[in-house]
Amino acid sequence: MASLFHFWSLHASELWTLLGQHVALVVVSTAAAVAVGVPVGIIAARRPRVGAPIAAAASIIQTVPSLALFGFLLPLPLIGGVGARTALAALVLYALLPVIRTTAAGIRSIDSAILEAADAMGMTTRQRLTKVELPLALPAIMAGVRVSAVVGVGTVTIAAAIGAGGLGEYIYRGLSMVDATVILAGAVPVAALAMVVDGGLLVIERALSARRPLSRITRVVAAAAAVVAGAAVAIAATPGTERIVVGSKNFTEQVILGELMAQTIERYAALPVDRRLNLGGTFICDRATQSGDIDLYVEYSGTALTAVFKQPVQRDPSVVLEEVRRLYADSGRSMLMPLGFNNTFAILVREADARARGLTRLSQLAEYAPGWRAAFGYEFLERPDGFRGLAGVYGLRFREQPRVMDLTLMYRALAEGQVDVAAGDATAGLIDALNLSILEDDRQYFPPYDAVPVVHSSTLLRHPEIGAAIARLSGRVTGDVMRRMNYDVDARRLDPAAVVSTFLDSLDRGV
Amino acid sequence: MIAFEGVQFHRGDRQVLRGITLEVHRGETVALVGRSGAGKSTILKLINRMLEPADGRVLVDGRDTRAWHPTVLRRQTGYVLQEVGLFPHMTVAGNVGLVPALANWPQERIDKRTFELLDLVGLPPREFASRWPDQLSGGQRQRVGVARALAADPPVVLMDEPFGALDPITRAELHREFGRIQRQVRKTIVLVTHDMREAFTLADRIGVLDAGVLVECGPRPMLEASTHPTVVTLVESAFN
Repeated sequence: MASLFHFWSLHASELWTLLGQHVALVVVSTAAAVAVGVPVGIIAARRPRVGAPIAAAASIIQTVPSLALFGFLLPLPLIGGVGARTALAALVLYALLPVIRTTAAGIRSIDSAILEAADAMGMTTRQRLTKVELPLALPAIMAGVRVSAVVGVGTVTIAAAIGAGGLGEYIYRGLSMVDATVILAGAVPVAALAMVVDGGLLVIERALSARRPLSRITRVVAAAAAVVAGAAVAIAATPGTERIVVGSKNFTEQVILGELMAQTIERYAALPVDRRLNLGGTFICDRATQSGDIDLYVEYSGTALTAVFKQPVQRDPSVVLEEVRRLYADSGRSMLMPLGFNNTFAILVREADARARGLTRLSQLAEYAPGWRAAFGYEFLERPDGFRGLAGVYGLRFREQPRVMDLTLMYRALAEGQVDVAAGDATAGLIDALNLSILEDDRQYFPPYDAVPVVHSSTLLRHPEIGAAIARLSGRVTGDVMRRMNYDVDARRLDPAAVVSTFLDSLDRGV
Repeated sequence: MIAFEGVQFHRGDRQVLRGITLEVHRGETVALVGRSGAGKSTILKLINRMLEPADGRVLVDGRDTRAWHPTVLRRQTGYVLQEVGLFPHMTVAGNVGLVPALANWPQERIDKRTFELLDLVGLPPREFASRWPDQLSGGQRQRVGVARALAADPPVVLMDEPFGALDPITRAELHREFGRIQRQVRKTIVLVTHDMREAFTLADRIGVLDAGVLVECGPRPMLEASTHPTVVTLVESAFN
């Protein structure tokens, strides 16, 4: 609990920004849903044959899980892409159904004598709608708006996955760091916000269903809500000066690298930065830099070659870098100088074993392998370019069939002596922490995964100082540095921003 | 003022009105009596063009209703419903002043008119103007309904079972009020009821409907002298 308040006080201004974005997304999406849903609801009430299919479509949309809906919308032109726009489109689709349903039900439930009276008094269709039907259906419509808004508060949380901002960012950040405090830092305000929205709208709804002019308290609540909503929209919509948008994928190292890019630009290029960290996978980040929704993120050369550009695997690091640089240039992005580490597969042994035998290179391993047991991840064991290829290139044969083991357990199993060789992640923080050592891939079996910043080219043209700022990092973020930072965040639970800032300070001091 | 000339009306396959011919003079009160489903309310709705005849003509002020713009016609035709149909989201004053407001009267004139009418129907404006419909008794609501129908001073007022849902004492009280008001305002009134006693009390002439046919139409003595079985039954019921 104390750590939660500590986190909030440390991130107070960020918390307010995220809360503002959250509220703004809910307000704007709910308002749009009302603007569309009420007329559709009216049509549905008047002409069931037109309304029924629309309501059915809205029902179907409602059953699509929100993460999947965001996924569907991403590649669409105009409404797609990373950021608030896509999120809004999805949120409006979700908010529509309750509004349509309650509007139609509210209008249908009006006493026929009242409608007959309205007609008999010579009201035009429009007058009947605005003076009689809508005012009488208003409490029902408000009930729909309340449902939409409360559902929206929850759904916006998921929208953080596609970079829409909002309190969901803490939840995703916390999930990827396995840090309950950070999850709660987002989840608690979301829950509180949902209750406030629900309670506030309920007060208004009750007042409306009494069919009286609003009481003073209701007016105060409504006015306060309007002011807060307006302020949130204003904060979120303020264009201000151009901000550089930095993205990242959704695991610890990527969040650290995103933070590293952001702080480097803030420090050395003096430009304001928006952080869209935890954006999901490679696909989302790649699309976002193509569309310009984010200006830059850090990719890995091997991933870019095979996953982004669907090229065959290459083993020579400089060939891969050249190829990837060319492919990025052809698609409107610029690849900057590699940061200095290679996040590839790493074959690990205990440091004590390595030292005792003078073991530093993979080509030496064949000598000891027949006496050792190995553990690998499932994928590494199965893929032809995983263990089978490795065994062929280095002539490896272990004492028994290698075991399948979960990646996170493998490091500990190796450290505790359950196995003697394991394949891990070259930048995993636990490698140093558990006194493991990496054997050098001296026959270049593993493809290279050099970390390279990728920038939307037009951004770089407008702000060449970004290139200069990031160039200061080139070659300085070594495997040791990256493992250290991963360890600080993953195992020591330090804040990525603090870890990065310490690292940049040490660079500045020339350490 | 109002004339029906050989009017036929169908609802689906069912013939609701068969060759209705009827004239209502200016300032006259005509009551239409008959059992439920005899076609009484249909006649009212043909007058303000909420319905249109299948055959024959309905004339208001010498003009075929189909030549009137429905909105214009309805604003010249006050309408009082059995369920009253007061708008629950408007005050008494709001309900009464609605038709003048639709006709874009200035607010001062609307207020003045509303107060006059509430006085006329026996609801002191100071007490009742700002009340809500659900704060009124059944009789008070019906008085508001009458005031609302009279608001824009329409020459014609249509009343569909206006006192049907009231207890006998309140009904008797409103019958007296009706006479007083009608002497003051002298409207052309067409009133629908299933109660022959009410028809005798309120109307100058009474039309009896039986299965869509106007079997008799005239003042009380003429009905009492009629030998048509439906009329006889209805007249007898008035004395039980």
